[in-house]
Amino acid sequence: MMKHTLKLAGAAGLAFFAALPAWAQTAVAAAPVATVNKGDTAWMMTSTILVLMMILPGLALFYGGLTRTKNMLSVMTQIGAVAALTMLVWVMWGYTMAFGPDYTSGLSNVVSSFGKLFLSGVTPASQAATFTPGTEIPEYVFISFQMTFAAITIALVLGSLVERIKFSAVMVFALVWLTIVYFPIAHMVWAASGYFFKLGALDFAGGTVVHINAGVSALVAALIIGKRVGYPTERMAPHSLTLVMVGTGLLWVGWFGFNAGSALEANGSAGLAMINTFVATASAGLFWMLAERVAGHKGSALGFCSGIIAGLVAVTPAAGNSGPFGAIVLGAVASIVCFVFVTIVKPKLGYDDSLDAFGIHGIGGMVGAIGTAVVYAPSLGGPGAADYAMGAKLLVQLEAVGATIVWAAIGTTIAMFIAKAVTGGRVSPEVEAEGLDLGEHGERAYNY
Amino acid sequence: MKLVIAIIKPFKLDEVREALTEIGVAGMTVTEVKGFGRQKGQTEIYRGAEYSTNMVPKIKIEIVCASDLAARVVETVQAAANTGAIGDGKIFVLDVGQAVRIRTGETDQTAL
Repeated sequence: MMKHTLKLAGAAGLAFFAALPAWAQTAVAAAPVATVNKGDTAWMMTSTILVLMMILPGLALFYGGLTRTKNMLSVMTQIGAVAALTMLVWVMWGYTMAFGPDYTSGLSNVVSSFGKLFLSGVTPASQAATFTPGTEIPEYVFISFQMTFAAITIALVLGSLVERIKFSAVMVFALVWLTIVYFPIAHMVWAASGYFFKLGALDFAGGTVVHINAGVSALVAALIIGKRVGYPTERMAPHSLTLVMVGTGLLWVGWFGFNAGSALEANGSAGLAMINTFVATASAGLFWMLAERVAGHKGSALGFCSGIIAGLVAVTPAAGNSGPFGAIVLGAVASIVCFVFVTIVKPKLGYDDSLDAFGIHGIGGMVGAIGTAVVYAPSLGGPGAADYAMGAKLLVQLEAVGATIVWAAIGTTIAMFIAKAVTGGRVSPEVEAEGLDLGEHGERAYNY
Repeated sequence: MKLVIAIIKPFKLDEVREALTEIGVAGMTVTEVKGFGRQKGQTEIYRGAEYSTNMVPKIKIEIVCASDLAARVVETVQAAANTGAIGDGKIFVLDVGQAVRIRTGETDQTAL
């Protein structure tokens, strides 16, 4: 199932036809006026706020706990501030770029027009389509829901940059990155005129838009900003696994807004996304610990939390596109692949993706996006039609993943170089040693 | 007077305290410390990144007692803190020049 087609033009057209008596009867008979369902609307408003909970406090605590004591506050501040910035940018030019009126040219494959700049023309009466013809939700709710996706995606990218990037650089990077990377990719995947949407790429809740996009961007940004001083020889163990666990729990709960909310209605598809978000995640959490045991270590709390996130990421594109058993397998596979990547491949390559934004979101997202083509098959319990052609869909998924990687990598490079040029990018070695809490914000996370 | 300093495994603290109380030791000072000896430390693993912490958590007990009791104190601690495994700890005995009870001004053995 795809995500979204805006029907505002249709609604406006209907109103126009209704005003002309000669057309009124045929128009009404052909397509009854779409109505807003209050139950769907209530669920979508709840989902929107659940996704906000994933950012603050969820991701802020998850990422913050993984850093050292001296940088806890800077991580939470960066996440909160980019989320707030995204909300402002989204209503100003983000929404119209991703979901605004289509260009008539080929540009509509990549981005929408600026026809809804500053949300012009949107009123409480405006409606956005769901997947059921005739059932819609208020456009303001859809705008808010999508806004939280943009906000968490840029916040995820920061995971590879923490403990060394200037706060000002984070803000400039976020501004440019959202504009040239996130909005176009969101349009390509989720808008009816978007390139991947037209290809038939499956991305239920943002595996490509959010996780592959954020993960690849994180890797590229980490390579540009450079390693933390002392990495990997100095001790950089997480300062509070307690908070990591709290953050993980909040992310898991919030993810139901992310995944089950992406059905855009309170219906069976949302229910399927919900159960998949339970079982894929449970499977991934346990399989990471199992992988630790097989590798000769102890099953760890951080491993459990890492597995939970890997499972959530992997099931995101598949949430409504898989049966529960497909989701269990997908969670397990993603967990093991991410484990191998984070514990074996990353140390070998030697780059400093500090909190494994690429290792878990990027890699888990790719496993999920490609795996979705497999678990979609009805023979494996997925919701695909009986004549579902897995091979063809697999190619489409690979194409969407590949194109997202290229787009994100190029866009991130541009955004990082602009941020570096404007702000200098990295804090001084003194500030890095003393910690970004004091150096960048003049506060400490903990005053004992 | 003697100062007996014992570095022991944390979980042995209660047994050591009970044994010392039985032989008439009236007080002790306990500190949580870290250190290493032949027991080299332990390894922590976070997402595949290994950190070997060279320091092991231990408990340091300090007891000041009359000189003629010192040998029994050492013996008692040695017996109570012993597990037979590496890392059981060490005991040091030092001479003490003076002791004063702050509340009353009593000195030396009466102050203990």
